[in-house]
Amino acid sequence: MASELDLSRDRLDAPFARRVEELSGENPYACYQCGKCSAGCPFADYMDALPNQVLRLVQLGDESALDLSAPWVCASCLACGVRCPKGVDIAKTMEALRLLALRKGISPAPATPDRPCPQIALVGAYRKLTP
Amino acid sequence: MNEITVFIMGKGYRVPAGLTIMKAMEYAGYLLNRGCGCRGGYCGACATVYRLPGDYKLYADLACQTPVQDGMYIAQLPFTPAERPAYALENLTPDGATLLALFPELARCVACNTCTKACPQKLEVMDAVQSSLRGDIRQVAEFTFDCVSCGLCTMRCPAEISHHHVWQLSRRLNGAYLTPRAEHVKTRVEEIAAGKFKGELDKLVTMTKDELVAAYKARQIEA
Amino acid sequence: MPTNPSRLAYFPGCAMKDQARPDELGTLQALALLGYEVEEIPRWNCCGTVYSLAQDDLMRHVGPVRNLVRVQGMGEKRVLTLCAMCYGTLTRSARFVEEPERLERINAFMDTEDDFRGGIEVVHLLTLLRDEVGYEKLASQVKRSLDGLKVATYYGCVLLRPREFAVDDPERPEVMERVVEALGGTPTVFPERMECCGAYLTVGRSDVVEDRAGRILRSARGNGADLVVTTCPLCQFNLDKRRPAGAPSLPVLYLGQILAWAMGVDEPAVAALLTDEPATGKPVPSGV
Repeated sequence: MASELDLSRDRLDAPFARRVEELSGENPYACYQCGKCSAGCPFADYMDALPNQVLRLVQLGDESALDLSAPWVCASCLACGVRCPKGVDIAKTMEALRLLALRKGISPAPATPDRPCPQIALVGAYRKLTP
Repeated sequence: MNEITVFIMGKGYRVPAGLTIMKAMEYAGYLLNRGCGCRGGYCGACATVYRLPGDYKLYADLACQTPVQDGMYIAQLPFTPAERPAYALENLTPDGATLLALFPELARCVACNTCTKACPQKLEVMDAVQSSLRGDIRQVAEFTFDCVSCGLCTMRCPAEISHHHVWQLSRRLNGAYLTPRAEHVKTRVEEIAAGKFKGELDKLVTMTKDELVAAYKARQIEA
Repeated sequence: MPTNPSRLAYFPGCAMKDQARPDELGTLQALALLGYEVEEIPRWNCCGTVYSLAQDDLMRHVGPVRNLVRVQGMGEKRVLTLCAMCYGTLTRSARFVEEPERLERINAFMDTEDDFRGGIEVVHLLTLLRDEVGYEKLASQVKRSLDGLKVATYYGCVLLRPREFAVDDPERPEVMERVVEALGGTPTVFPERMECCGAYLTVGRSDVVEDRAGRILRSARGNGADLVVTTCPLCQFNLDKRRPAGAPSLPVLYLGQILAWAMGVDEPAVAALLTDEPATGKPVPSGV
């Protein structure tokens, strides 16, 4: 029996986490759950899971992250990424979750204007919220 | 006879070289009830897509205007499903907000230019989408004046825009609101309504057939 | 190729041609007064507003890069944009295709265009005023001082984030404040000046954006501002048109409007905030 602890992430068998990492280009395991992202997020109040919690689900390879509203309330303002002490650009992780859902045909966020909108808003919404 | 092979909906046929795709299909035995109209390149009914051997490109054109080539793979697109919301022109304003309210998917354009490459009329389709997006209705109307509504751009668009319906609305808005009125037509209509030509019109109505023919032959026409 | 330093290729973006048209007119007049020959790039297309944050989404870069190809076609090395969102997509896409493999793929896809060769710099109105015009020269060109008008400088997101594309320090920016000072205004620094307005959420979640707009406007007003300026037409729309009931009514203008007014260009929205005193001809704040 080995006497050493093997703390390598290679032992983790989480295809979902790998897929999110591939799409986002961000290593989810860099996050040590300090919560600075959630503290600075202007949209945390409207999310069903805080940004650091979303990242935790990804670390655990838990696909229920795709059912959350949080990635759809994220407005890609990048406040989280600028403040992350580990340099994780969490907005990219959110984008990866949106894309994984959209590419499966899941688009829970309303992308139809509920009030008149200028094109700059529509273009942004369609790019982020429609496949 | 110089014959070539074409594949229509996946089945090979020997057809005379020099035929259009439409005539080649009829030569091969197809009876065209749909996807066939004016046969002159104007009505836009005979949209077709094809590939050539050894070429990755998917070409799009009108079947009545495109000669067959050896080895061509052909499929007809007689109809392009496209959403056209109902509108009443008199209730609209000629601006970008109107276009976006009726066709919000315009904002999904990624500027890939696939539409332009698909256009059998060689229109700058992507530029027209972009002009729509920024509300330049007059420019859209100019870009799309020669659109035949074949739907090929719409079928190829990754943003799922219903191009020809946007163009039609833009041309209508341009005509109704942005184009200067033809004052001389208005004046003449008023003159007619006021009875200025009543005598001459009444005279025409009472003429015999021979008199009408003689008058027709004596009419002034352009050389 | 030597380029004329005062000649500026200009990418307007959709907003400047539609909902923000008055902002564009005044700003371009001001730039002309500062000695710039601004030339709109031909056949430009929408930049896409938001930058794709995915690794495999090459298609989303086609729009911005196509615009850079047009700038290249003009023989220019840099392109000006007045919009923060356009600045974000254009700068980031320009950097994205610096990697040769990506550039090759995107050039292969855009088979109807000249190959993009890279090397186009994207300039924003703020970086132009700071790095080329300079605050001192800007101040010396002022025809009408803003005369102490308290201007809340709202950055929003894209100008400051991510860090490597920020026009200034992402946590302690000063460029907009310095421009306001140069124009004779008093910059009002407020805590929410870098916090997102909700951006495109305005399409399906205007409730969220209303909350954000209310909070930002209350913070600006609470810190004594007479007006808010921004360089993003989407922020401007959200703060103004998604202003919730009961939120402060202070005007939200495009930065170029106060620039234009200070340079002597007719800007009714700014003039309304400053009433002329006939005796001295000196504008004074009307106390909004």
